[in-house]
Amino acid sequence: MPLKSKHLLGLDGMSREDITLILDTAVSFREVLERPIKKVPPLQGKTVANMFFENSTRTRLSFELAERRLSADVLAFQATGSSVSKGETLKDTARNIEAMKVDMVVMRHSAAGAPHYLVRVIDANVINAGDGGHEHPTQALLDMYTIREKLGRLEGLHVCIVGDIAHSRVARSNIYGLRTMGARVSVCGPATMIPRDIERLGVDVYHHIDDVLPTVDALNVLRIQMERDAGRLFPTLREYHNFYGVTRQRLEKAGRAITILHPGPINRDVEISADVADSEHSVILQQVLNGVAVRMAVLYLLSSRN
Amino acid sequence: MQYLLKNGRLIDPLTGRDEETDIHIVDGKIGRIAKNLNVPSAQVIELKGKIVAPGFIDLHVHLREPGFEYKETILTGCTAAAAGGFTAVCCMPNTNPPIDDESVVRLIKERARIAMNGLVDVYPVAAVTKGRKGEHLAPLSELAAAGAVAFSDDGDPVHDAEIMRRALEYASMFNRPVIQHAQDIPMTKGGAMNEGFTATRLGIPGMPPVAEDAVLARDIQITKYTGARYHLAHMSTAGATAMVRAAKAEGLHVTCEVTPHHFSLTDEAVSDFDTNTKMNPPLRTREDVDALKKGLKDGTIDVIATDHAPHSFDEKQVEYQSAPFGIVGLETALGLVVTELVNSGVLTLSQMIEKMSTNPRRIVNLPEIRIAEGEQANLTIFDPAAEWIVDVQAFKSKSKNSPFGGRKLTGKPVGVINNGEAYWI
Repeated sequence: MPLKSKHLLGLDGMSREDITLILDTAVSFREVLERPIKKVPPLQGKTVANMFFENSTRTRLSFELAERRLSADVLAFQATGSSVSKGETLKDTARNIEAMKVDMVVMRHSAAGAPHYLVRVIDANVINAGDGGHEHPTQALLDMYTIREKLGRLEGLHVCIVGDIAHSRVARSNIYGLRTMGARVSVCGPATMIPRDIERLGVDVYHHIDDVLPTVDALNVLRIQMERDAGRLFPTLREYHNFYGVTRQRLEKAGRAITILHPGPINRDVEISADVADSEHSVILQQVLNGVAVRMAVLYLLSSRN
Repeated sequence: MQYLLKNGRLIDPLTGRDEETDIHIVDGKIGRIAKNLNVPSAQVIELKGKIVAPGFIDLHVHLREPGFEYKETILTGCTAAAAGGFTAVCCMPNTNPPIDDESVVRLIKERARIAMNGLVDVYPVAAVTKGRKGEHLAPLSELAAAGAVAFSDDGDPVHDAEIMRRALEYASMFNRPVIQHAQDIPMTKGGAMNEGFTATRLGIPGMPPVAEDAVLARDIQITKYTGARYHLAHMSTAGATAMVRAAKAEGLHVTCEVTPHHFSLTDEAVSDFDTNTKMNPPLRTREDVDALKKGLKDGTIDVIATDHAPHSFDEKQVEYQSAPFGIVGLETALGLVVTELVNSGVLTLSQMIEKMSTNPRRIVNLPEIRIAEGEQANLTIFDPAAEWIVDVQAFKSKSKNSPFGGRKLTGKPVGVINNGEAYWI
């Protein structure tokens, strides 16, 4: 059964069947990653271009590894800043790369909707590796994979996302995906970091983390953009840590085993304390490994549609 | 040239006249107005079922010349205006150089006189501040003397309260309004669409409606204090509509305009990241659209103006957040007004004509248009029942950046007559 769409632009509107297909396919690739020889041939002869218009280390490495594990030829393209400030438009850049007979494009861009624009001007399969504050679908898929692996299901679980929801593509993709899979989703953060009318996406809003912890099964802790946000969206890092930091003391008070996720890179002792990040409930490193498997599944499923 | 307009429905809100009649036009003047006229020497235009109205004026147009001729010129802009049923436009000062010096006013007026032989009257709106930078007053007296009908830093707000106070005081000496683009800058920094559910869903940085309301609230107080004339450009929020209504009830000289896109579309139109849905102020919510329609109906909103903002094809062929603000509007305005307002009972045809001719002319102190024997013929003729599909490639405007391509509209211009010239569509 193929995926319904030729591209992976986001989880908004993606069906439960398609999400399940990706997660189930990732299970086989996860098994491949445990083998002594970690390479399989499905994308042999295919060329994948990784177009990163915004800084990224782990997502770029994870995609690159996934592509190489599938035997694809990999073209790395890195440019910082928006297409306009660079002088060449996104359209021209993408068409130039496509002219080199590229089959798939993985794109990270600082503008929401950039991949949605891209699919109108090129023919290759497009995978969104993060577009502005909009979506980061493979991150949410790997988060869901990791929760399912750890807790055995998604349906009926309560997942809370903590941090700057307003500017987070990880939060949005998780909300869309988890809601589709039947989980209860809540968001928690200071009022300055909760976007308008987010309740209408079917999530509950909390401003005090201790109010939500007693019912939570998994906590997805977002990275605080320290340089950008201190003094604007919250007064100081100390205050943020005191009111929203995920600490062992807080988790013990909640009185239940809560699975801890973080998309990385973590700021130790800001949004998450070091002991929690390293605790037995943390699945942060499993997320990294699962990310490769999930991205292999996405690349494989999109490629096999053609 | 002589025309005999046969069997048209003459609607003139100023005289209250609304009747089917013939109109004879000789050398740009109105000859006789009567039923069953027979003038063998005149070209007969059959207008059964069509409306003959005083010429429409668009109070808010970006002609782009001088400086941005690749987007629009005075000639292409005037042609688009005529094709849209307008005999006059007020052009905004965000040109290069900006209209902050009398020489630029004169240049525009001179070029407009040549374009289409002067069919479309062009009335420059000059900058409030030098370079539109919001710091020092532009030479408002000189600009007015050269022909500027109003002052605005449109595209940007007059952000400084002190500058706004002084501009209102100064402009009131020669009875010109200050037209404000109400936008709080820090609150909208980086924003590309209305802040609300759709922006939250799409992850696009938002521009909150309160950023418009907060500037307007301040300005109303300054207007009250100075007793000057203040006109709010492209009003887009329910909150602003309520404030203008209250200011009018208090007797202040506050007027406002709304664009066709702000009463025809909501921010949900942004959902597929079409950059032709990006304008400033942004498309708002259903509640705002409903409030604007109520304001149009009860007279709170004086004017319908397009904020015609041409941008080249390539400029809009980018990611949403990088695209420039603005859409063209001259050639879809009439159809949108009839479709969205007249046919849904928000406005009568007579009220539509008031908001597109009588009221905007009054706000910028232009003489009234009288449809009477011996008067200059300044007429907009349109078919309120004609159905058509918007084809952006057929626009006379140099730019095609419209979100209305493919949309079916009712109401279409038939022609315009002004300054002894005629344009038939």
